[in-house]
Amino acid sequence: MTRYVFIETRDPFESRDTQFIEDTAIGVKERGHDVTVFLVQNGVLAARKNVRRLGRLAEAGVTLLADDFSLRERGITAEELAPGVCASGIDVLVDALVHKNTKAIWH
Amino acid sequence: MKKLTLALMDPPYESANSTTALRIISAALEKGIDVNVFAYEGAVCLPLKDQAPHANPVKGTTVEDEAHPTTKAFISSLLEIGKDKPLLTWVNCGLCVDERGATNVVEGVKRGSPADFFKMASESTNTLVIPTK
Repeated sequence: MTRYVFIETRDPFESRDTQFIEDTAIGVKERGHDVTVFLVQNGVLAARKNVRRLGRLAEAGVTLLADDFSLRERGITAEELAPGVCASGIDVLVDALVHKNTKAIWH
Repeated sequence: MKKLTLALMDPPYESANSTTALRIISAALEKGIDVNVFAYEGAVCLPLKDQAPHANPVKGTTVEDEAHPTTKAFISSLLEIGKDKPLLTWVNCGLCVDERGATNVVEGVKRGSPADFFKMASESTNTLVIPTK
């Protein structure tokens, strides 16, 4: 099994191609791989529960992490996060990157 | 020993990508992970020595009030942390440097070519490419 880490930096309201990451992450997960989507920079704007953008990823069993620094910069609190999204430090991303047999994709 | 390679392309003060990349490098060094950086295109200007913090005449603030961070200062600090174990190796693409006249860089930054990036990636636990948008 390969581990995939998708690093999403883009705001879904600004960049329609965030759909590509969602579709690809779900497709890879359905093929039996371990998949994490790490939201950072404007990517964390998708993590708010009232925008309802990450439901398909959560239902597919993709691990959803949102960079705590990016959340703080944008005034997004833990209470505002969508179900299934966890605030996370950048060190968690580093751990994932150096894990054996991991592919990292920056978007 | 784990080793992470990053390829950077964004110039300083253009994109949040640079901030995130520097945070990743810092976090990796804190964990004792060796880090290679291959700076390509505008990213070769990240460690430029000529960068200077400035006052803000619109707000009437001084240089000290602004405490303006420079990427060269961040990179110098990271190279100091990563001078041995863990080791941070920062290579600027030579052709990109020549195109931009970006030769005056902080101590510890090396000059290389995409062949160095290939070698770095081949020897690393993982490689993260951070492209421009």
